[in-house]
Amino acid sequence: MTEITDDIEAVVEDTNLPKRLKDQVYSTVDERDGVTVEQADQIAKAVENRYLDTRVDPLDPVGTVSAQSIGEPGTQMTMNTFHYAGVAEIDVTQGLPRLIELVDARKTPDTPMMTVFLEDEYADDRERAHEVVWGIEATKILALGDISTNVADMRVQISLNEDTLQERWPRVDSTDEIAGEIAGIIEDSLGVTTVQDGTSVEFGPEEPSYRDLLQLVEELRDITFKGIEEVSRVVIRKEELDSGEEFVLYTEGSAFGDVLSIEGVDASRTTCNNIHEIYRNLGVEAAREAIINETMDTLEEQGLDDVNVRHLMLVSDIMTNEGTIESIGRHGISGSKDSVLARAAFEVTVNHLLDAAIHGEVDDLNGVTENVIVGKPIKLGTGDVDLKMGSFSRQSGQAD
Amino acid sequence: MPTNQTPKEIGEISFGLMDPEEYRDMSATKIITADTYDDDGFPIDMGLMDPRLGVIDPGLECKTCGQHSGSCNGHFGHIELAAPVIHVGFTKLIRRLLRGTCRECSRLTLTEDEKQEFLDQLQTTKDLDNDVNDVTKAAIRQARKADRCPHCGEVQFDINHEKPTTYYEVQQVLSSEYPEQIAAAMQGDDEEDEEPTSPNELAEKTDIVLSRVNEILSGEFRPRKEDRKAIEKALGIDLTEEDMNKLMPSDIRDWFEDIPDEDIEVLGINPERSRPEWMILTVLPVPPVTARPSITLDNGQRSEDDLTHKLVDIIRINQRFMENREAGAPQLIIEDLWELLQYHVTTFMDNEISGTPPARHRSGRPLKTLSQRLKGKEGRFRGSLSGKRVNFSARTVISPDPTLSLNEVGVPDRVAKEMTQTMNVNDRNLRDARRYVSNGPEGHPGANYVRRPDGRRLKVTEKNCEELAEKVEPGWEVNRHLIDGDIVVFNRQPSLHRMSIMAHEVVVMPYKTFRLNTVVCPPYNADFDGDEMNMHALQNEEARAEARVLMRVQEQILSPRFGENIIGAIQDHISGTYLLTHTNPEFNETQALDLLRATRIDELPEPSGTYEDGEPYWTGRDAFSELLPDDLNLEFTSEAGDTVVVEDGQLVEGTIDEGGVGAFGGEVVDTIAKVYGKTRARQFINEVASLAMRSIMHFGFSIGIDDETVPQVAEERINETITDANDRVEELIESYENGDLESLPGRTVDETLEMKIMQTLGRARDNAGDIAEEHFDDDNPAVVMAESGARGSLLNLTQMAGCVGQQAVRGERINRGYEDRTLSHYKPDDLSADAHGFVQNSYTNGLTPREFFFHAMGGREGLVDTAVRTSKSGYLQRRLINALSELETQYDGTVRDTGDTIVQFEFGEDSTSPVKVSSGEENDIDVDRIADRVLEAEFDGDELQEFLGEKQPATNLSEHAESRRMDAAGDRGATSVASEAPQVNDD
Repeated sequence: MTEITDDIEAVVEDTNLPKRLKDQVYSTVDERDGVTVEQADQIAKAVENRYLDTRVDPLDPVGTVSAQSIGEPGTQMTMNTFHYAGVAEIDVTQGLPRLIELVDARKTPDTPMMTVFLEDEYADDRERAHEVVWGIEATKILALGDISTNVADMRVQISLNEDTLQERWPRVDSTDEIAGEIAGIIEDSLGVTTVQDGTSVEFGPEEPSYRDLLQLVEELRDITFKGIEEVSRVVIRKEELDSGEEFVLYTEGSAFGDVLSIEGVDASRTTCNNIHEIYRNLGVEAAREAIINETMDTLEEQGLDDVNVRHLMLVSDIMTNEGTIESIGRHGISGSKDSVLARAAFEVTVNHLLDAAIHGEVDDLNGVTENVIVGKPIKLGTGDVDLKMGSFSRQSGQAD
Repeated sequence: MPTNQTPKEIGEISFGLMDPEEYRDMSATKIITADTYDDDGFPIDMGLMDPRLGVIDPGLECKTCGQHSGSCNGHFGHIELAAPVIHVGFTKLIRRLLRGTCRECSRLTLTEDEKQEFLDQLQTTKDLDNDVNDVTKAAIRQARKADRCPHCGEVQFDINHEKPTTYYEVQQVLSSEYPEQIAAAMQGDDEEDEEPTSPNELAEKTDIVLSRVNEILSGEFRPRKEDRKAIEKALGIDLTEEDMNKLMPSDIRDWFEDIPDEDIEVLGINPERSRPEWMILTVLPVPPVTARPSITLDNGQRSEDDLTHKLVDIIRINQRFMENREAGAPQLIIEDLWELLQYHVTTFMDNEISGTPPARHRSGRPLKTLSQRLKGKEGRFRGSLSGKRVNFSARTVISPDPTLSLNEVGVPDRVAKEMTQTMNVNDRNLRDARRYVSNGPEGHPGANYVRRPDGRRLKVTEKNCEELAEKVEPGWEVNRHLIDGDIVVFNRQPSLHRMSIMAHEVVVMPYKTFRLNTVVCPPYNADFDGDEMNMHALQNEEARAEARVLMRVQEQILSPRFGENIIGAIQDHISGTYLLTHTNPEFNETQALDLLRATRIDELPEPSGTYEDGEPYWTGRDAFSELLPDDLNLEFTSEAGDTVVVEDGQLVEGTIDEGGVGAFGGEVVDTIAKVYGKTRARQFINEVASLAMRSIMHFGFSIGIDDETVPQVAEERINETITDANDRVEELIESYENGDLESLPGRTVDETLEMKIMQTLGRARDNAGDIAEEHFDDDNPAVVMAESGARGSLLNLTQMAGCVGQQAVRGERINRGYEDRTLSHYKPDDLSADAHGFVQNSYTNGLTPREFFFHAMGGREGLVDTAVRTSKSGYLQRRLINALSELETQYDGTVRDTGDTIVQFEFGEDSTSPVKVSSGEENDIDVDRIADRVLEAEFDGDELQEFLGEKQPATNLSEHAESRRMDAAGDRGATSVASEAPQVNDD
């Protein structure tokens, strides 16, 4: 047991350690017997040495290193677009195409999907979980019953399946009521008057016309009676999470904003793979996080999970630096650089030069590409410091 | 007048348009003749090759600056264009300006308030660093809306732009066929149930006198605007047609000249640098001959540059234009010539404009004109400015040499004799310098050039070398050959990460290839199937120092991508250590010493035990332990699956394999590199590699067909499993055809069937593999390699000995080929396993022709995939690098770009370096252990200082410096190479 004296405290506080490590030093010293101030100083210094050793060096070109660390494994990824992500039932773009898609900041991903987590009782009970499913998955008429066209009377007849109705509208007791609701939706969206009898609904064009009749049937098929239009399929799965077993929904198609407001959905954990949707609904910080997670997932899927997250963070940070999502490339970060030469050296060379002339731009050669072009040392790493050779006495110099 | 002196250093570059007057001022001469050389081969005065434009032939003197070719950069000339022409690059802006400014007073058709508003907006967007084009476009859109000029009240017309360079003013005028149109409309339309209109009714509706209506109908009277509108309204027709009034470039130039400076500022144009009328050229600058050198072919014929050809065209047309105009040629001919001149000037600047046929060379090849020179990968920007060609570089095939250290590279002597290093002669190295010079350019440590203090450079030749050596004095410079211990930069393309370019120490060797230690293959991604690599000799002390301290291979052992070692044992090294440690075999003294022969260990430790005859023996693990640092403690799980325990630098148990010493995160190497330093890690890796090679040679290691052949029993069992699987597939197909197959949720029945078949066949292959594996001994070389992680996997083994398995294209069984079947050997709609690419033979047994074909299909997909992937990922990497290249950590810990915009406040949220911390684990400092070490006072002096971080271990020591220095001390006369070895902290 060594008492933490003021002297020990002074030597420990003298170091550049974060509080966490200082506390560790104190407790370690405290546990041991007869630690002198000098020894405590040495311990603190050694810890500081280890700590500083793991810091990034000032003037480290972290950008290039991160870019290389993401680009290099790109050569090892598959081009195979469709692979299964966790859920065998839903196809998701994977590998290099997905990585390119993320870095491009495409408005809509190739295969939009959501992972919907559920709240308390919805997460445990399959019945309740299904309630949420029906609230999300777009229900089309074909799922509800059979359509038949009566050409003689120029009528479209729908006979709804009672079981399905009961299943999809668990909160409503009478199937007639549901059928009425359905009839109402048909009237609103097709502009026809319907005749409802129990679970069968009938309607036809205003004037007898074969073309109109078929047209109506076509349109009827596209109506979404329940759920979210964009979501074509929902898969429900029981998953083993840290907090125990619960039901998780995976959707094909995404409408992040709509899903968040559905009852039973746990908005704090639900995600989607469209970074723009996340940006619109939750803001840039969430979008930044989403880019990191999505890129990491993509790399992990390809067995490249050893890539340090810090590299992905940097990419994500530069993409969201302006407060909106910017793509990496001509239309985003590279196209909005200050330097004319840097832009010209990237893509669409001639146009950038002509525009620069019109706007009378001045390139003050701060960046990397510009300095390579004019043949000056770049301002990164050892190029960012000026060292002057000092003179020192001959004695100390001749160590050997 | 601009001087032709090249600036030494460029501070900034301003862009702008050039005033025609400036072109004339800077012009060395006016060019009037299209010819280049006269019959005697001399350049024609005021021709395109005028000697005042600069010199390309060596020996001639430039008439303008008096310099010789090489030092004269050339001078611009100019052509006075007979008529103004439009600059193609600015056609869009010209259109915008025409639309936004008044045709009469040339002012922007915006009110003062609007103008001010846009000006303010422009300023804010500039301040916010946003795209100014958005604002200027909005300003033009607003200005275009004005029907009349708010300043002079002139009516504005729409401007039509016909690409590339023609502009029309569009006016609405009365159609020439107006009587017919009115009459037709008055007839009415029977089908549409429109009543015919009588002239009377028309007169009534329009309030025009009947007689006037009749006159209009007969075409005798052109209706005025009001009348026309009334008639149009009454009959519901449009009587106007568009009149296109062509705007000649001269008109446009006049128009633009009057635009006031304040107005163009609103459009984002900087009036100080660029006046809009300068976008219409009246003078064409002629690039200096140095920018378009002509080549003399073997037969003495001169071949001119594409630009010269284009200029010839321009001058010819220009001349013809002037002659015709002076002769008073009809307007039509003048306009044709004008257009032709425009075409030539257009293609002179850009020969890839859509809609315009490109100007072609006599051979039919499109000419490469100005913008083609700048554009693209091989263009001026990416090809010549961002990527530069260098001297002192070499490229040749690489081959392995296990006797080299990983820090070294074997350089062929003929390369060493070409690449030179400059040595400044002083008293201390005078003897060496003289020796190098006296060896001449052909002898090995020789010299190629010397430079006297007066700046005169002399070539060292076989003849003068002895004589010259005598003359060398302190103050001279000697360009000596590369010698052992010099530092060079070594690279293999594609340079995907920073470990693709590393610094090595030179070892001069005979023959023609670069030699490298096999452990550096992973960072370069190199193999020896004909790969070539590049070497660069560094040319100044600063570069050499940086290379030695930062870029040397040992400094790059840890990869920043995943924070673990990327250099380590590979392939045979791993098989070697596996054989050495897995069963822990015993060696007698001779054998043990032989194993450790190429390491620094020259004394064996205490023997592990004795044989029955009393002879001592050492185990494999003992031999390996000799290489470990004395106080190393580690515990981890090896690739082979057992637990490896290292206690106090002794391997107690476990197999050393890929997981222990391999490249890509071998635990032992990783720990040594992080805890004991790069120099220790380098030493360890070198020694492990040589120990492993000795070990694998001791045991012998080979692989052949017999190693993959399974006994008859196993063969039968494998066949059984496959027949079994085939049966099950048949069952599945049957139930599918009967409609009994239940589909998986969210899948169609067809998809379900496919998935189930794939599953069944996959399992069959795995079972076959398992059976095959059972029959292989543990010492089977293929098993050893797969187990240790040296090369190959159990899947490879399965395919060789068991069954190759299902071939897939796009992740599905093979379904393409003929209609409803893959090959004509099968019945249509045959869903069976072998009809869709299931290869049931093993590679050892050989594939049937059909199997072979399916196998080739799968193989082809892999090849295509690789080809597509390389180009896609290459572009991705280029974009990433371009976007992130300017980011750098600062002294305050923030990550900023070169414009000082903060991107992160702390790199990676905690400022932890990705190089020093493995990406997988939490980085925790073991305070307890540090306290232990301090309290136990394990060390003192330098070691303690290093431990406390008060002193950094030297990182710049050459690997052989010590031995060389010792040589030098022992025998100063013969081998005094050490004093020459470039060492930064040496004296």
